Amino acid sequence: MPESVYLDAATAAPLHPAAHQALLAALADGWADPSRLYSRARRARQLLDAARGAIAEILGVRPPELTFTPGGTSAAHLAVLGGLRGRARAGNVFVHSAIEHSAILHAGEDHVASGGATLSIGVDRLGRIDLPAWEAGVRTSGVALAALIAASHEVATVQPVEAAAAACAAVGVPLLVDAAVLVGRAPVPPGWSMLVASARKWGGPPGVGVLAIRSGTRFDPPSTAHWAQPERNAGYGPGAPDLPAIVAAAAALRAVYAEAAAEAERQSRLVDRIRDRVAVTVPDVEVVGDPVDRAPHMVTFSCLYVDGEALLYALDRRGFAVSSGSSCTSSTLRPSHVLEAMGVLSHGNVRVSLHRETTEEQIERFLAELPGIVADLRERAGVTGL
Amino acid sequence: MTVELDCRGKRCPIPVIELAKRLPRVAVGEVVRVLADDPAAALDIPAWCRMRDQEYAGSPAPGAYDVRRLR
Repeated sequence: MPESVYLDAATAAPLHPAAHQALLAALADGWADPSRLYSRARRARQLLDAARGAIAEILGVRPPELTFTPGGTSAAHLAVLGGLRGRARAGNVFVHSAIEHSAILHAGEDHVASGGATLSIGVDRLGRIDLPAWEAGVRTSGVALAALIAASHEVATVQPVEAAAAACAAVGVPLLVDAAVLVGRAPVPPGWSMLVASARKWGGPPGVGVLAIRSGTRFDPPSTAHWAQPERNAGYGPGAPDLPAIVAAAAALRAVYAEAAAEAERQSRLVDRIRDRVAVTVPDVEVVGDPVDRAPHMVTFSCLYVDGEALLYALDRRGFAVSSGSSCTSSTLRPSHVLEAMGVLSHGNVRVSLHRETTEEQIERFLAELPGIVADLRERAGVTGL
Repeated sequence: MTVELDCRGKRCPIPVIELAKRLPRVAVGEVVRVLADDPAAALDIPAWCRMRDQEYAGSPAPGAYDVRRLR
């Protein structure tokens, strides 16, 4: 078996050593329920408050504006449905980009199922929203909430968040920004009313989501979320918090924040190398997303005539872990809605995403092996020379 | 005149592969109509046309995609 090279940090980054250490310490010291009144519970509450304070500082919010949820998906659902309910008097339209994470889109489907409406804003071939369409969309009457992903989780293209936020602010529409791709890696542009992120994307453990709600933002979570007010006030929920994981998430974010600028530059150079080399060494490949204005650690490309699932398994056999937006690799057997919105090739698709442990040698080995792997799959499918 | 290429029941990338094999065998200016029920075909057939400088002539019906040979 060749050396294992993990290149799927955009799904979940390896646990940061600082998080590993903090997790073990908190398992011993922070397992009590922070809502109780005995001394062990008060100790747990101190740990929770410290984690909340550390993450709030990095995100540029006050601690009372920050809540830990049972994962990024949960944070997204609460943000969309709570943001819409809080503004029900203003209207029932939810404006979002066509390339939001499925967690945001699924919450939008729930909103439609309960009588609301959505307006999806398209993107160009590089995966960037049509800003004039966004500006017109948020200006229409009855818009309760708008949501924009800060950078695409599939193709890395950075979105014009500041301009989109200005358009929202001009008409008093709150903006929800999904910053899961950028938190811990690059600064998040200002102007949002709500922000969601996920600890496992920045090197924290899975099962910790972050929801920031700026004070003054109308927010009313649906009763089906069963989110008790004391939990909300304490900064967690719905349900009891996984405090050791939250403590570890904060330790990871502190650590990655300190090295973020240097790591972003290093990883971005490696991504440039992948983008340039793949386009030259693999015939009939479409490298997608914005080559320059993008998240630092991610690149996506599609190989003509190649089955995405077969490519993923062939790479795995050579030790490379990547993900794919091809339909054959999805549970729904539909191509990625992001690739669809961009109008780019969806089969033979691979997303490569880097992290702090990714080395130049690993990327060189990937780039050395990829052309042969693709050529072999094409030869076996009998599509050489088409 | 339109040549029909029935790829129903075949998953992507097979409809695109069949199209790539068939198109060079029709005359320049002629149209191949691909029938495909894999939802990825709606994306991948126009993308293939763009990459290969052929004309995507639209979808006359759900699950049908017209491609005109330009070269």
